[in-house]
Amino acid sequence: MTEEKHVLSILVENQPGVLSRISGLFSGRGFNIESLCVAATIDPNVSRLTIVTKANQPIVEQIKKQLNKLINVIKVHELTGSKYVHREMALIKVHAKKDNRAEILRIVDIFRCKVVDVGPEHYTVEVTGDEGKMEAILSLLKPLGIKEIAKTGTIALFREPK
Amino acid sequence: MKLTGAQILMKVLKEEGVDTIFGYPGGAVIDLYDELVKTDIRHILVRHEQGAVHAADAYSRASGKVGTCLVTSGPGATNTVTGIASAYMDSIPIVVITGQVPSHLIGNDAFQEVDIVGITRPCTKHNYLVQSADELARVVREAFYIARSGRPGPVLVDIPKDVMNNLATYKVPKNIRLRSYNPTYNPNMKQLHKVIEMVKMARRPMIFAGGGVILSGAHRELTAFARKARIPVTTSLMGLGAFPASDPLWLGMIGMHGTYRSNMSTAACDLMIGIGVRFDDRVTGKTDTFAAQAKIIHIDIDPTSIRKNVPVSIPVVGDCKTTLTHLNELLADADLGNLDEKRSGWLHQIEGWKNKARLAYDQNGAIKPQFVLEKLYELTRGKAIITTEVGQNQMWTAQYYHIEEPGQFITSGGLGVMGFGLPAAIGAQVAKPDDLVVCVAGDGSIQMNIQEMATAMQYNLPVKIVILNNGYLGMVRQWQELFYEKRYACTQMDHAPDFVKLAEAFGARGFRATKPAEVAQVISEGLSAEGPVIMEFVVEKEECVYPMVPAGAPITEMLLV
Repeated sequence: MTEEKHVLSILVENQPGVLSRISGLFSGRGFNIESLCVAATIDPNVSRLTIVTKANQPIVEQIKKQLNKLINVIKVHELTGSKYVHREMALIKVHAKKDNRAEILRIVDIFRCKVVDVGPEHYTVEVTGDEGKMEAILSLLKPLGIKEIAKTGTIALFREPK
Repeated sequence: MKLTGAQILMKVLKEEGVDTIFGYPGGAVIDLYDELVKTDIRHILVRHEQGAVHAADAYSRASGKVGTCLVTSGPGATNTVTGIASAYMDSIPIVVITGQVPSHLIGNDAFQEVDIVGITRPCTKHNYLVQSADELARVVREAFYIARSGRPGPVLVDIPKDVMNNLATYKVPKNIRLRSYNPTYNPNMKQLHKVIEMVKMARRPMIFAGGGVILSGAHRELTAFARKARIPVTTSLMGLGAFPASDPLWLGMIGMHGTYRSNMSTAACDLMIGIGVRFDDRVTGKTDTFAAQAKIIHIDIDPTSIRKNVPVSIPVVGDCKTTLTHLNELLADADLGNLDEKRSGWLHQIEGWKNKARLAYDQNGAIKPQFVLEKLYELTRGKAIITTEVGQNQMWTAQYYHIEEPGQFITSGGLGVMGFGLPAAIGAQVAKPDDLVVCVAGDGSIQMNIQEMATAMQYNLPVKIVILNNGYLGMVRQWQELFYEKRYACTQMDHAPDFVKLAEAFGARGFRATKPAEVAQVISEGLSAEGPVIMEFVVEKEECVYPMVPAGAPITEMLLV
């Protein structure tokens, strides 16, 4: 059976140790985490985790059931296949020498990103978007010389019916 | 009125109906013990914390209540891990209370500090580090609720020393409700109608029942269902006692050391109804070939068990007892036609398998372990509560001591813990002081927790220990004989204590049989002697457990005697 990417959105109680229960469940049962984002929701007692995992259908069913079984897990949604918005964010520190500064700013403009830090030798660029956009901008900035990069994983929410 | 954390804990334990605690004091729990002795809760002082958890586990299985134990921080807590993992695998409701260093020292590598909540996260149903005396009552109530509800399991509560001493107002919610935890007890009725249709259609159905039937107290419902629908029943090791072994529909145990007729039935059946089982690899063997011609119905309270190992046609999430009660009602109204006629061919085929390969051994020469168990069954008239260690002794017991009732066979099924049997016998005897409790052990496994003999002596718990001494770690030796060309790498236990003298050193009685003719005599004397007893049987050194399915093979490919 083919492995596909699955996006899971999980509401949990905001308590110490809950993240470790979830990540421990994945490692202990040999499931794979591609990315994981977590922060409190509007209700400070509840956090939302977005996990991206690669698995075949029976395994993803098992992942969802096992997550539901944890006492601190309130709700598990799978977003894959339904309509949802998803974003990642990256901070990219690029070498900014005299002759490529304009080029970088042009790319930033085209991708509607922001320069959030400037120095004599670098620009730090903030990018948000889906995976495709991330890949595209990275492939353009790479030849100019990337010093460092920090990326979040995917965060995602259902689209409300229109 | 304000109470200390320790007083609050005792109050909640009383309210939860705890009358017995298995435990071992230490620096971090002195305050709890100081309060404990002021209550009428009975404390059983074990000799090793692992013993406390196994005893609480068996106490739970024998009494149907939640087993409780109390140990100190650090090494006390880590010594419980094997017992917790065993209870987790077998879904046994226990609450383990561990002491923890004072809050302000947590994370400082303090004396006898360990992150027990972190260590036990993967092997508890849930666990807690209590943050303050204010939340202690609620947490302990939740712990008991979680342990016993849904699919039962062990819950650990870690209490820092300052929380035991701090004052708080005693306030406890009457009803525990956790928004994120709602086990499904009631099955979907549409699914149950489908089940009945399939039972009517099936020509060669079988029931495969497990520990879940015992845990939900559904054995009467199961028996009624099987008899009414004329369906033969097999069980897993954990399910022994879920269906009476004297019933004509009984197939014997399934799996690696299951009976010939039971394993052959899985290959020929056209419908398998799994109830409270998880299709463990020791049962299914090679899963692709398991019940390959059958549609599978799976009834279980835990959705993660369903479709984890085998494909399922009708999943039914629900409590076994509730589900079987509904099924029996539906069955009563259903037109089943002439079931006896319909099933006769199938039952006849099973009878043929039974006659072709019965459980058998040849009592020639040295004592055969199977012979000991047959005699034990005879002389106890099948009435004892049996606990086992793990290995050949466990499998022979499962095969030759026929279990009629739930709670009568107590064994570490999922984790397979050597050292389980003796502390389990102690726990069962505490729960059922008037019953005869027998621990069946090997010479290897009994040495893992033999120190608990002292506990049995201290509380005058008359457990009877049967040691099948073959001078080997028998089950591993058997694998070495069959699959490693008899290279007995490190399985020979050349030196064992003199078990008769050892019994006497503990202040108990010891008996030994070295010849078949002495077996019955030793069992009779051992059973009628007062107090704890060791009966050692020097058995055939290289006897094997048959039938046997090599690990990973189809379960129909059995090595017979």
